[in-house]
Order: sequence, then C-alpha cells, then structure tokens
Amino acid sequence: MSSILLNCPTPVMVRETIVMGHGSGGRLSEQLIREVFLPAFRNPTLARMDDQAVVTVNGTRLAFTTDSFVVKPLFFRGGDIGSLAVHGTVNDLAMGGALPMFLSAAFIVEEGLPIETLRRVADSLGRAAAACGVEVVTGDTKVVEKGSGDGLFINTAGIGLVPDGRSLSAGNARPGDAILLSGPIGDHGIAIMAEREGLQFETPVESDSAPLHTLVEAMFGTGAAIRCMRDPTRGGLSSSLNEIAAKSGVGMRLEEDSIPVREEVRGACEMLGLDPMYVANEGKLVAIVAAEDAAAVLDAMRSHALGPEARIIGCVTDTNRGWVTMRTAFGTTRVVAMLAGGQLPRIC
Amino acid sequence: MKYLSEYRDPALAAAFLRQIRQKVTRPWVLMEICGGQTHTIMRYGIDELVEGRIELVHGPGCPVCVTPIETIDKALEIAARPDVTFVSYGDMLRVPGSKTDLFDVKAAGGDVRIVYSPMDAVKLARENPSKQVVFFGVGFETTAPANAMALWQARLERLNNFSMLASHVLVPPAIRLILESPTNRVQGFIAPGHVCTIMGCGEYEELVRDYHVPIVVGGFEPADLLEAISMLAAQLETGRAELENQYARSVTRSGNTAAQQVLKMVFEVADRKWRGIGTIPKSGLRLREEFAQWDAEKIFGLEDVEVDEPPECISALVLQGMKKPVDCPAFGTKCSPDHPLGALMVSSEGACAAYHQYKRHGDLVGVSGSMS
Repeated sequence: MSSILLNCPTPVMVRETIVMGHGSGGRLSEQLIREVFLPAFRNPTLARMDDQAVVTVNGTRLAFTTDSFVVKPLFFRGGDIGSLAVHGTVNDLAMGGALPMFLSAAFIVEEGLPIETLRRVADSLGRAAAACGVEVVTGDTKVVEKGSGDGLFINTAGIGLVPDGRSLSAGNARPGDAILLSGPIGDHGIAIMAEREGLQFETPVESDSAPLHTLVEAMFGTGAAIRCMRDPTRGGLSSSLNEIAAKSGVGMRLEEDSIPVREEVRGACEMLGLDPMYVANEGKLVAIVAAEDAAAVLDAMRSHALGPEARIIGCVTDTNRGWVTMRTAFGTTRVVAMLAGGQLPRIC
Repeated sequence: MKYLSEYRDPALAAAFLRQIRQKVTRPWVLMEICGGQTHTIMRYGIDELVEGRIELVHGPGCPVCVTPIETIDKALEIAARPDVTFVSYGDMLRVPGSKTDLFDVKAAGGDVRIVYSPMDAVKLARENPSKQVVFFGVGFETTAPANAMALWQARLERLNNFSMLASHVLVPPAIRLILESPTNRVQGFIAPGHVCTIMGCGEYEELVRDYHVPIVVGGFEPADLLEAISMLAAQLETGRAELENQYARSVTRSGNTAAQQVLKMVFEVADRKWRGIGTIPKSGLRLREEFAQWDAEKIFGLEDVEVDEPPECISALVLQGMKKPVDCPAFGTKCSPDHPLGALMVSSEGACAAYHQYKRHGDLVGVSGSMS
C-alpha cells in the first residue's frame, strides 16, 4: 500500500476562538492554561497548578484560592449557587490541607434579575459560610446589561491557614501509595443535568455539594502521610487522577468494582450516554495516601458523616507512568483517559 | 439495574467465554456492525478476552462517523445564519467539516442547541415562530423513526418554521458492500440489535441467504456480545450460515411495525454518500416529495453542494474491517480526539476514538491493543 493511502483527508483543527469545551476541565481547559495563562503570569507557586496556592507570609503558611460559579439553574436539588460557591471555595482550600478562614464574594448580576432571587442566594451563601465557620469579609457587585450575563455569576476567593507539617501537592504521589475516594461519584453533575433537561427519576438525584474541611481534618487526625488531595469537580474523578498521575510522573491502577456510583446516577448516565468517571462532584475527595497509612485514613473517613462509603479504589504504580488504567470486572484493563472537550450526549 | 447489571455479570461472561474457548478450533474474523457495540468491546476489553481465537473488526455503524463531510458543511452553513436555531444531537457538534465545526459556529454567535429528542426541536419551532428551527437528522434506522415522527408532527401542526437536514443511512447495504469486496476478511457478523428492534430481521435473512454468511443479532452489553460471538463461533465451526437472534429481549422477527410505517410515510430509500467510503446505492433515506417544504437542503438551496473526499482515507479501510485504527500512522499522534483528522476519531462510538479512549498505547503494561 502506498503511503498516500494512509493520510486522513481532513486538515488539523486548531481552535482560534473559545468553545464550551475550554471550560470543561478536560484537556482543552488544560491547554488553555498552559498556553495562555501560565506564560502570562509565570511564577513558581502558580506553576504547581494545584487547586490553591500555598504562600508563606512572615513565617505563616497561607492557602489562597479563587473560583467562579456559573451554574444553571441557580437553585437545584441539594443546593444553590450560593451554597455551592462557599463549598467549592472551602474545598479548594481544604484540598491544600488548609483550615478555611475568610472568603470574598463578588456578584455579577444581569439586569432584570429579581432582587428576591439575589436575596435568597445571598442568604444561602451566608448560612453556608457560617456552617463552615468561615466569614465572608469582602465583596463586590456588578450589574451587566440584559443578555450580557445569565442571571447571576458569583466569584469567590478564599484564604486559609496551613498547619505546620502539611505539604500537599499533585506532584507528591509515589508508587505504592493507595488511592482513596470518599464516596459515590457523579451526583452533582447528574442532579444539575436532570434539572436542566427536566429528567425525572424514581429516586431523585441530589447534588452532593458539601464542605469537606472537617473530613480532611479527621483524615489528618490519624497522623497519616497524605500526599495529595483533590475534589473531583468539573471533568470528574478521571480528570483529577490524570492530573495527579501526570504531575507526579506515576501510573495509577484503579479497580472498576471498587468505585461507588449510586444506582440512580448509573441509570441516568446510561440513559444520557455519559460516563460517571467524567461527571462533576461537589462534595467528594480523592486522596493519595502512603500505603501503610491507608487503613487508618479509611477508618477515619468512614467514621465521618461525609465518608461512610469511602473506599480504596486503586494504587499508584511505577509502570504506565502518566497514565491511569482500570481493571474491569472482567479482568481486562483499559485506559481511563482525560476528557478532550465536554462530554457529549450520544446520538443513540 | 434491571436489564443492565445482569448482562454485565462477570460470571455469565466467563461462562460464554468458556463456551467460545471450547468451540473454537481455528481463528475466525467477526465484525460487530454498531458503534455502540464497538464501544462496549473496547470499554470491557472483550477483544482481549477472545484474543487468539476471534479477531474482532469494527464495522461502519457509527452515524456520526459516516455522515459525509458535505453534509457537515451544509449544517455549518445553515447554523451560521442569524435567522436560524440549529438543533442537533450532542456528538455531531464536534465533527469537523472541511474547515470548522458546529462548536466554532456556536462560538461565533450561531444559535446551536443540543437536544435528546427531535420532538424538542419541534417544540422550539412552536415556541419561537420568528426563528427557522432546523434539526440535524442523522443516524441509522434507529433514530430515523423519531425524526420521521418529528416531521410528521411539524406537518400536522403546519409549522412552517421547522425543517430537517436529513442524512439517514441504512445498515444492510453497507454489509452487502463489505461482503462484495474482493478483499473482505469478515466471516461472520454481529448485527445491530437496536436497528433490528425497529426493522426486524428480514433483511438480514436475505444477507445470510445471498452470501452464506452467519449473522447473529446482538445486544450491547458485554455478556450480550460474548454470547453473540459464541453463537457465531458455533455456526462457523459447524459450517452453518444462519440468522440467529441473541438480543431476543428486544428484537422480534417483524420489528416495530408502527415505526416502520412512519418511516415509509416520511422517507424514501435513496443512494447515499458515506464518509470515508463513498456512495453506496440505495443505502440511505431522503424526505419524500410531500415533505419538501420541511427539507432544509431545499429551503436553504444547498442541494447541489458537493465536497470531495479523497476515497483513499484509511477510515474507509477501518470502516470495512480491513484495517485497525492503530494501523494508521497518524493514530494518537497527529490524530486524537482533541484534533480529530477523520470522523472515526470524533464520536465515542467511532472505532478510532474507542481505541484512543480505552487502549491508546500498545506499550502500556497489562493493556492490550498493541500496535500491529
């Protein structure tokens, strides 16, 4: 066969404009960060690419993070944009081992939004912050013309204190470490999608939106060597693990049977043609822990209200570096790849 | 989960696997037709389980992959118009046309929406009388009846702002094409269970008779596929060529006659171009003349648009089971889901994308799918 037979006909697509996939938390998002933001802001703290920056000020280690919330609908089963903003920011701090302390909240409001809606969101945000023991100490409001926003966007920032002796980073995973997951995956993403698409299930799926900092403290309470933690939000568990594998230069082997997915979430995923490994969570964490400490950390997680279904889902390997693989229930092994753009519902 | 977990039961799968191992005395080449079946095979590593006994090659049954590039270009042109709301199934958005894709059109301000049902597009048309709502009706015999129903409904309601860019293809002519190729290696077929749920089994009986080739109508779960493979192996080992139905929980001999009826009322069989393969006679459906006013190609004057596709592309060989995705030098390097060169890399049901997703690299420890 001549070589011309092996050339595909379509030219390579290089995106010159932003498409929705750039916000999906998958490879397109990562590409954007690598090619646009990292070169523009160049500094060693940012280069670690963790969910939060840990900086030292006068000998005190502070965790600092920011996040924006554009969820639609604003109110959903299990939460709303206000509580989600608090939980998301608190969790980003907690994943760095920090004790969350202060938040900011900026509201970008579209002309025409009922003030009552804004009040409900603000009240919810305030209650969630109080429940987490953090204070919203500064804020901002901007109004944009009708059509320039989508009702309401919220941006937050958060500051927390990192106790001595804690050093978590996506680059810390070592071969032999255990991979722990705090509970079933996919609840938040499916709850939101159900609201958007008007899907009805026998047992309605609720978002798992929850603050994870007390669970993290319980885990540290065991004195274990915790290498790193992530809350698998956009892009799901698969994206978090792929990031850690790439940053640490290690492989990961997961056991498919050990990854909990609620029956109703699995059913919805089947119907919509989605894989729960890529669906967002807002109240789950995945932790890489030294093998000898895994049992103690698992016990601590299971004793906490947010981790009764915690599991060891796999281990870090020195083979297949940079790759996440999964042993299926059939004894075969497959790659768990990072998502390219957003997950797209299939035709059939 | 009823009707799912029992067909993912490792013990059941192991029993079928034992049967296959007992029956097979020499290697056989089988093709699964449907992209959904390809996806399951890759996801669960079925090819790995039967390796050495059965070689699975992957058929042309991914609607996203076989939609011709000119149809995508037509979609892009329509979707970019300011008076149009363009409505599509999700995985069509990322399919590259000759220059761009629907995501780019959306980013440039085009009103492009994803729906799960064509009836949602009809609803959009009803609620937005000032917009031309165009539904991208692609797919095999599985999606065609629902799309036909949407057109039927639009006509019933006299919705003059609804139309369809239709590009439907049919499975049996593609199987015929594969069987008539002088280089064909396929010795048995797993027919697509969902297509047969609609169309019944009659057309496949004809294929069995005309080509003396065993065909088993198969489901989409791992145990379904292993059972179908076992049934095909039993036929091949004993020299039989029959039509058998593994997916009897869904497929009947006559199929869904109500769906077939609505298909006939709205569509008629026509020659159709397949991406990567070329025109196959009588392999598609087009809108009947009485639905011309809902035909987007006619409304927007795009009937004569033709875009040349080099027939030499390796995707044609992959679609016909002559090559594996990993045989392509661009696989995983120049061509990936981030930058799909061909349509097979776009949909999760395309063979190249399924290989890329689940078994990208032959050098991974414990992961099969090595470079050949």
